[in-house]
Amino acid sequence: MSVYLDHAATTPVFPEVAAAMAAQRDRVGNASSLHTAGRAARRVVEESRERLAGVLGARPSEVVFTSGGTESDNLAVAGVYRARRDADSRRRRLLVSAIEHHAVLDCVQALVDREDAEVDWLPCDAQGVVQVADVRAAIEKDPESVALVSVMWVNNEVGSVQDVAAIAAEARAHGIPMHSDAVQAVGHLPVDFLASGVDLLTLTGHKVGGPIGSGALLVRREQSVVPLVHGGGQERQVRSGTLDTVGVLGLSLAVETAVGQLTVEGPRLCRLRDDLIDGAMGLGYDIRPGGVWGRGDWASRSAGNAHLLVPGCEGDSLLYLLDAAGIECSTGSACQAGVPQPSHVLLAMGLSEREARGALRLTLGHTSTGADVAAVLASLPAAVERARRAAGVA
Amino acid sequence: MRVVAAMSGGVDSAVAAARLIDAGHAVVGVHLALSEDARAVREKARGCCTLEDSADARRVADRLGIPFYVWDLSARFRTEVVEDFVAEYAAGRTPNPCLRCNERIKFAALLDKAVALGFDAVGTGHYARTVDGPDGRELHRAVDLAKDQSYVLGVLDAGQLARAFFPLGGSTKRQVRDEAAARGFAVARKPDSHDICFIPDGDTRGWLAGRLGERPGEVVDESGVVVGSHQGAYGYTVGQRKGLALPRPAGDGLPRYVQSVDVVSNTVVVAPGELLGVDVIEGDHLRWCGRPPTGATRLVAQVRAHGEGLPGQVWVDGPTVQVQLDTSVRGVAPGQSVVLYDGTRVVGSATISATGRRPRG
Repeated sequence: MSVYLDHAATTPVFPEVAAAMAAQRDRVGNASSLHTAGRAARRVVEESRERLAGVLGARPSEVVFTSGGTESDNLAVAGVYRARRDADSRRRRLLVSAIEHHAVLDCVQALVDREDAEVDWLPCDAQGVVQVADVRAAIEKDPESVALVSVMWVNNEVGSVQDVAAIAAEARAHGIPMHSDAVQAVGHLPVDFLASGVDLLTLTGHKVGGPIGSGALLVRREQSVVPLVHGGGQERQVRSGTLDTVGVLGLSLAVETAVGQLTVEGPRLCRLRDDLIDGAMGLGYDIRPGGVWGRGDWASRSAGNAHLLVPGCEGDSLLYLLDAAGIECSTGSACQAGVPQPSHVLLAMGLSEREARGALRLTLGHTSTGADVAAVLASLPAAVERARRAAGVA
Repeated sequence: MRVVAAMSGGVDSAVAAARLIDAGHAVVGVHLALSEDARAVREKARGCCTLEDSADARRVADRLGIPFYVWDLSARFRTEVVEDFVAEYAAGRTPNPCLRCNERIKFAALLDKAVALGFDAVGTGHYARTVDGPDGRELHRAVDLAKDQSYVLGVLDAGQLARAFFPLGGSTKRQVRDEAAARGFAVARKPDSHDICFIPDGDTRGWLAGRLGERPGEVVDESGVVVGSHQGAYGYTVGQRKGLALPRPAGDGLPRYVQSVDVVSNTVVVAPGELLGVDVIEGDHLRWCGRPPTGATRLVAQVRAHGEGLPGQVWVDGPTVQVQLDTSVRGVAPGQSVVLYDGTRVVGSATISATGRRPRG
């Protein structure tokens, strides 16, 4: 029996969500069709939209369904950049945190490489938190030139929670739109779109117990976005493609379920996370958590994120050894051609490349138990010792 | 045993991995990332470390249901294989990077990491056989002599051999391809790779020129008469005929071959074929696949990957070896490896330091 501790990569679908999706899957109907079957599908889609908007503090008309987090991030960043630049050619500057997911980073880089965009990478502190003062300074350098500010809500590697409301307020003071990738926030901590002041918000289904391949971009009504995908204009003329009735149903139900359980699940996961971090630190290998961490605090660090820095090890060796011991986790950073790269997040936090290579990301979710934590703590010592030996020879 | 199957993405290593599983081993597939610029290789045609090859290897591992990892040994590969290759050519020698890679990467860096992580051995898709003899594990030629790759493994010492598996040594290439097809591997009909993996277009001289720069110099004949010019002596290898671009034919009308390369004077010496033959080979950097021979020993020497076996007398003298061949052979260059065989058994190898001709009596 394997121990699954990679919920930030993807988390199991809630059984009740899977059941509802299975029932819907047997029904024919294109939500754009005018006949009975089409109307029935439309009803499912619109009820899903209302459900999602309702639990996230958005209006139904602000929900644009997409294929997931990557598409939502690209739509927000490229779509707003193009709209803002087309309206005023001076607006070419993107203010983006250095610790974003590649869905944002690489989209920004593509705009810089091919569409005359400029980027100011916003730094973070040693805890993985972007400082509001740095955002303010970057804006005030030349407010007229800023197309978009993009800062994620929760970092996907170290779980650090960003002060998006304060950053949004800085942007709004200059009439600049703010996007936040909230893929690791929705369903993990309270998210209220309207109250946050954020203009565009990315979320995805499969990080909260919904299906892979369904996501949404919340877009404030007055915000214009140039579409990435052209066609039938099904979603507010901003996104085209036949709506995935089953997917949006699963997405909305999963978010509703996760948000509904948050007051119980947040503290529960936080206790498991703290046990895991405390336990790992007590093993005697100078293990420490990456990012901001305080016992019982899941307002500044995601409840389910236990990121560990293990000195003297290569993360990919630990990964193999733990996998062989039945524990499934991640290093947290991206691969290039299958080769793990030192995390850009940890480098941005000021760690050396060597330190950054010894990272292990263990993320808890709705199926995690104390037994999972105990299994990791039991397997870690042998894995660390072997990984250190391997680091010494290769 | 716990075995790392080195998976290049080709058909041979795929079948080797499958056979290791069938033999009852706990197998983990590992693809070696040897190029430091994954993006650059993606655009090249072929090689053994492209993204496509890595994906092919992963597909096979998934089908076999074994874990699969990519290990980044590119820094070691650059310093120990690629830089050595350039330095050897710059010194006027002709290295074989595949032997170097087996000695320093596959059965050193990879094997050491595997052992540190708790594995017992490394298995590859090389066509060679291991036989457990009275003095330990022996390395032998493959059954399929046309595919035999024991030459490039002649650098393995007893310790490395003891931790090596070559599951294909008893099969022909045809059998391996048929087995790959029967196992449903998508790589069953993938073409073999031939070139040096880090020079995918096969243009070694052009690749070297990019690193060593052009160094124009003279081509002279065996009596010292200038007969042509070149763009860098390092780009020539003993026995080479093509690419000399001599402006006019020699007086006797016979073709000229590279007889020697002197990078210090930046001179390439050409001569008619009859002067190229050598029957004495001296070597250093000795590597023994078991117990070294003592005294004068009758063995068979092989000086290139798919060259013929050359019978002769072998003397080991401390860190050097001398081989006196029964008959002379052309195109033997310093830097090449000479691998010594006793029947099908690989005895060891040396890097050729000098060649010569016995005085005729």
